[in-house]
Amino acid sequence: MKGKNGQGAELDRRKFWADPVMVTTIVVLIAFLTLFILYPLAILLVDSFITDEGITLDVFKRVLAMTNFRRAITNTLKVGFLVGIASALIGLLFAYVEVYVKLQTKMMGGLFRVVSMLPVVSPPFVLSLSMIMLFGKAGIVTRYILHIYDNSVYGFWGIAIVQTLTFFPVCYMMLRGLLKNIDPSLEEAARDMGASRLRVFLTVTLPLILPGLGNAFLVTFIESIADFANPMIIGGSFDTLATTIYLQITGAYDKEGASAMAVALLFITLVMFIVQKYYLEAKSTATLSGKASRARMLITDKSVTRPLSFLCSLLAIFVILMYICVPFGALFKTWGYDFHLTTKWFVQVFKRYKGFKAFKDSFVLSLIASPITALLSMIISYLVVKKTFKAKGFIEAVSMLAMAVPGTVLGIGYIRGFSAGVFRTGFLQGLYGTGAILVIVFIVRSLPTGTRSGISALRQIDKSIEESAYDMGAGSFHVFMTVTLPLIKDSFLSGLVTAFVRSITAISAIILLVTPQFLLITVQINEFAEKGAYGIACAFATILIVITYGSVLLMDLIIKRFGTSKAIQEQ
Amino acid sequence: MSKEKKGIKLEHISKIYRDPKTKQDFYAVHDANLTIEPGSFVTLLGPSGCGKTTTLRMIAGFESPDEGEIYLGGEAINALTPNKRDTAMVFQSYALLPHYNIFDNVAYGLKLRKLGKEEIKEKVTAILKLVGLEGMEARMTNQLSGGQQQRVALARALVLEPGVLLFDEPLSNLDAKLRVSMRTEIRRIQQEAGITAVYVTHDQSEAMAISDRIIIMEKGVVSQTGSPQEIYYHPTNEFVADFIGEANFLRGKAVSVSGGKAELEIEGSRIEVSQEGITEGRDCTLVLRPEAALIADKGQLPCKVILSCFMGSYQNYHVMVGDTLVKITDFNPKNKKIYNVGDTAFVAFDVENTHIL
Repeated sequence: MKGKNGQGAELDRRKFWADPVMVTTIVVLIAFLTLFILYPLAILLVDSFITDEGITLDVFKRVLAMTNFRRAITNTLKVGFLVGIASALIGLLFAYVEVYVKLQTKMMGGLFRVVSMLPVVSPPFVLSLSMIMLFGKAGIVTRYILHIYDNSVYGFWGIAIVQTLTFFPVCYMMLRGLLKNIDPSLEEAARDMGASRLRVFLTVTLPLILPGLGNAFLVTFIESIADFANPMIIGGSFDTLATTIYLQITGAYDKEGASAMAVALLFITLVMFIVQKYYLEAKSTATLSGKASRARMLITDKSVTRPLSFLCSLLAIFVILMYICVPFGALFKTWGYDFHLTTKWFVQVFKRYKGFKAFKDSFVLSLIASPITALLSMIISYLVVKKTFKAKGFIEAVSMLAMAVPGTVLGIGYIRGFSAGVFRTGFLQGLYGTGAILVIVFIVRSLPTGTRSGISALRQIDKSIEESAYDMGAGSFHVFMTVTLPLIKDSFLSGLVTAFVRSITAISAIILLVTPQFLLITVQINEFAEKGAYGIACAFATILIVITYGSVLLMDLIIKRFGTSKAIQEQ
Repeated sequence: MSKEKKGIKLEHISKIYRDPKTKQDFYAVHDANLTIEPGSFVTLLGPSGCGKTTTLRMIAGFESPDEGEIYLGGEAINALTPNKRDTAMVFQSYALLPHYNIFDNVAYGLKLRKLGKEEIKEKVTAILKLVGLEGMEARMTNQLSGGQQQRVALARALVLEPGVLLFDEPLSNLDAKLRVSMRTEIRRIQQEAGITAVYVTHDQSEAMAISDRIIIMEKGVVSQTGSPQEIYYHPTNEFVADFIGEANFLRGKAVSVSGGKAELEIEGSRIEVSQEGITEGRDCTLVLRPEAALIADKGQLPCKVILSCFMGSYQNYHVMVGDTLVKITDFNPKNKKIYNVGDTAFVAFDVENTHIL
């Protein structure tokens, strides 16, 4: 049934084209997403399947014959699996304690807040650094407290522990949201029928959040196998896919081989991502859509609260200690031998290692990227939530796809896709090696997070508010600027800071694309950590943490001062 | 006040939607033909899902008709976007811009029309006075009550002096008392402004109180169009009769017809009615409003009382006439005989107050 000659669709089309600003925006957006997300991935496929002899599997056969690649796959999956499970469980513990248990002291609440904040502000490899400094050969704990002189933290366990500590806060926050949505009367009903607390947890609470737990596992799994920085620093000879790909292109100069490996890594993350996004995510919220009808009676039974709070505090304090370790690493004369305080590492950073330039380059590039990212993600969310047009599915899918692409894969894609111009024609070749391509990578890497927060913010806004502005005579662009954007100001501001923090702490794709004319802090940290110059690495990292933490504090201040007021949001 | 009152014409308008569950297409609005006179107050009335809001949104431009053409003041407007149409809408949820104060909300559309600052101020002040909100310019929308927000929404639409004012169930979020006073207010303002208004509601008493004409819709189809009195006294089908007020349907047959009179046989009794156009032998339905009937010791139809309930201003009866349930509301029952459950009596009515379908 189409009506006469599809008149309705035709009219919608004419109305759509009557809005040149929106049409231009959409065209530019599609071009951007195609060129900087789809094309680099497509070129990897081309590289790994097409040789001089046409379409073959030769490259894959060659790569698969390498023992280090095969080992890297099993290594990556093993780590990912363990980290996924451990993070989900620790996350559940924290979430459960926060939502269900009456905490004894105010300090516990503070600890929880710090733990949920850390993954936002910390550069990716900070924990690896402190792991080495605490438990390595010259580690304070191993050498001076336990008197073990040959402990090796490098390898499987090092990566697994560091990644778990890095990623579990994400699980904690995901699961906290789910637990809060469980209607307490479900559990009370079970208690009332005579079930013990443990039984209630096992037969009511756990089954309700099982899909959510699976979701948390997969999200961490993807993060873990895509992680480049930690395996690089603490992996030692234990290579994962991300580091193997990096070495294949920077060490062996085998571009086709690296492309094929990247395709393999992308395939794994993509499959996981699709399962997570389209199966588990929907399922985990479907069972818990309702709001809790009233406040939960918190558990005050000391035999439950004491061990649980103790365990959580221990873990939280351990994580916080590891972060504190970094600035001290930058202040001790020689880590592990000479504990006199000194500023020499900071001085060296600025005097000898062009620290100022590194911070300036990182800062400026991130500062350029973050407003573009924030605006772009708000525009994408606006189009996805509020508009209907043909290419909408494409825009939504591609910007979400970027979430599943590991940085290393994107980096290889950019090398292959832009070093000789688009499709090796020389078109846009000037881009390669410039700051612009770094900015673009920053944007692409942060776009999915911003878009997701924008979409959920926009879904809260009654459609008729924008319609009313439209009805009073405003065009799409005017509506977006005067109504939509002011209403999601908070999401925009936090997107701005998140993009900035993500950019200034980014490394995986950047390390493949950066040229000597740009010094980036993260690349410097990586370089010095690899050399074993932990003092310098820690000094760089300390300043980076200060910058990121400062910007988050600034954001909170700005949102409190200029953000949409509570009253407006509640409407 | 309005620059120009505009009429609306819908010619063979249809809108097709797809049911997300069954993946089946269906007509949300089917072949609607309507003419709305300039300056009149017209209500689209019907149960939820009847297509009234879809029709309104097609006039506003938020939806595009799959068939047919919409004319506004004689101009075909199908291809115009909402911001280019000379209509202004009052939304069900008011849809005030929460980050603006009252003044800026009302001035939003005026600013887009590039009016001077002074002129905007003048117009906003005048319109806020008309809706009874003078002096509240600086308030934020969340500092207003529901009724006040409603007035701002109305002012915001009126100030643009649109050819047509559209209302999408504007009173459904207000409490019952406020609803009654606001509808009188809306009617007063519409008449004062002399503006064409199209009003969507599912509340039949609201529609009756406010409209020059009512358009009743059912399942996407226009069921009847007419003044409130026409619709109440002369419904053209059972749906309309039942939807507007309450109605008893007594089924029977025309046994003899002579002149303008006809004799109907209903549940074994004969009743003479005067209505043109009835042919002998035809099945007829007598529409009897509960307030048009009485229960008495003598009357047209014998009945048995099955429910008798005192409601204060009236006595509520349910009686069986043969196999048909008839509801009767007997107003002011203080000094009347009260029939109890199980009593036998008669349903009495003046045939002039009934209607034959």
